Amino acid sequence: MVEYGDIGLWEKVRRNKIAYRYILPAALLMVIVTAFPIFYEIWMSFTNFTIVNLKNPHPSIVGFSNYIKIFKNQVALENFNFLRTLLFNIFWTFANVVLHVTIGISLAVALNSPGLALKKFYRALLIIPWAVPSYISALIWRNMFDTQFGAVNQLLGKIGLPNMIPWLTNPNAPISFLSFLSYAFYACLITNVWLGFSFMMVVATGALQSIPPELYEAAKIDGVNERGQFFMITWPLIRIVMMPAIMLGIVWTFNQFNVIYLVSAGGPLGTTEILVTQSYKLVNPAGVFGIASAFGLIVFFILLGITLLTNRVTKATESVI
Amino acid sequence: MTTTKEGLKHIYIHGYIIFWILIALFPVVWIISMSLNPINVLKPTTLTIIPKNATLQAFKEVLTHPYAGAPIPFYVLLVNSIIAAGGTALLSVGVGASAAYAFSRFKFPGRQVGMIGFLLTFMLPTTATLAPLFVILTLLKIRNTLFGLIFAYTATAIPFAIWNLKGYFDSVPKDLEEAALVDGCDRNSAFIKIILPLSVPAIAVTFLFGFMNGWMEWMLAWTFLNKPQNFTLAMTLYNMQGQWNTPWSNFAAFSILISLPVIVVWFLLQRYIVSGLTLGSVKG
Repeated sequence: MVEYGDIGLWEKVRRNKIAYRYILPAALLMVIVTAFPIFYEIWMSFTNFTIVNLKNPHPSIVGFSNYIKIFKNQVALENFNFLRTLLFNIFWTFANVVLHVTIGISLAVALNSPGLALKKFYRALLIIPWAVPSYISALIWRNMFDTQFGAVNQLLGKIGLPNMIPWLTNPNAPISFLSFLSYAFYACLITNVWLGFSFMMVVATGALQSIPPELYEAAKIDGVNERGQFFMITWPLIRIVMMPAIMLGIVWTFNQFNVIYLVSAGGPLGTTEILVTQSYKLVNPAGVFGIASAFGLIVFFILLGITLLTNRVTKATESVI
Repeated sequence: MTTTKEGLKHIYIHGYIIFWILIALFPVVWIISMSLNPINVLKPTTLTIIPKNATLQAFKEVLTHPYAGAPIPFYVLLVNSIIAAGGTALLSVGVGASAAYAFSRFKFPGRQVGMIGFLLTFMLPTTATLAPLFVILTLLKIRNTLFGLIFAYTATAIPFAIWNLKGYFDSVPKDLEEAALVDGCDRNSAFIKIILPLSVPAIAVTFLFGFMNGWMEWMLAWTFLNKPQNFTLAMTLYNMQGQWNTPWSNFAAFSILISLPVIVVWFLLQRYIVSGLTLGSVKG
């Protein structure tokens, strides 16, 4: 890469003409499939665009009324509650990522024990959840949580535990002091933890292999116990590698459409609704495109904030850009 | 040499790992067992590994009558899935490779903004722009076609392809092209004759990822397409899930049929998936 001194912007552009030519096809397509739709979405969000306007795309301008309707929960969709959805979405992401990272690192450390037999075999089995497409796993778990015919309750029954748990139908909270978390939350959580721990395990395994074993030997000589070794050697050294993975995990989980929509569909009574499932429902089946656009843009800005914030904390993309 | 204390510790470790392996395998074993159920059993009442009167009838059933709503043969759905997934992968790798090359080799004004822009759209969930896409594709009268679907898919496939390929191009030494440029080769032929041949594995991997994503996508397909002759395999499975009278064995067999190729490819490409995702961090 050539470094330029104090030459004007136009000169820099001129010297890099060929770079723009290489980018042109991708940029053109992205303008058509992303940039233009976003501008169209901004316009739509200020109109009362509905299904009838698909034949006659001349809705009337309604100002900020779509946004006001969303914040005041005046959307003609059952159980619509913007603030509850947003807070649940944040809690959902937090709960999942904490579990993914803890389980993932604990398994990676376990697999990294010197002299452990069957390591490769174990690792191959433990990454199965990541290999199965999330769409398929979500559908399988949805059936497994069936109250009467599902494998989860049948298994609980076999080992002598309560076996008629209404996983997906009861809007009440099984744990009373966590009253905002219905049974369905736990069903979705189990599904998504199953789905995501392998990824964190694989990333942590890679990171652990770069730690020189001498460090542990030195720590042992100094009489540091295993807990101390983890917090003084392992975690500080794998943190840098884990951070981009954690950031990816946060964004993936925040937008985990497949698990929520297919396992609980946001129900019962909207208790497990997250922003992306709500935004889907505004298009299909509701067909209120104006409100859906306003909602989509709100989601866009929330995500932008989260991405910038996590990026600042983790510095994940710095080296790539 | 292992002492008793270390031996005991290993037993705990094995126990902990095996506990998680059982959890990891539970749904997989369940779905395989379910697919072997005779199709006259609508839903299972007990937990078994190999069901009573195990049979492959469900596989035969879904291969001959995959869609309850209309007599669409399995191969039509398969061809549609291949068109949608293959078209997306081809288009995104095609335009993505050249853009990734520019991002990797030139320091032009707007590079940083462009890269962040591509990354942001990669993180943007599909549902956030679903409303305008639905309306625009409807007004263009291509919403109900596989072509429209490919268009919608490229919105996430292109940034992904650029991200993946740029990481790879960064690792190809620049000296190779610079030598060629000194020898009088122009940029285009340096890119086509030197970089692309060296990057065949990365391009193949990016293509396969794009393909697998399109293959497994159901939400846009389900929202956009309503003519059964355009349906893809993934959306047919979603439809099957919604039918109360479909035996779970059919659903299980269909799930296995369409996800098995993805799982096999995934295991073959595992190495690249991990290195692609962590590339950003090890480079730093």
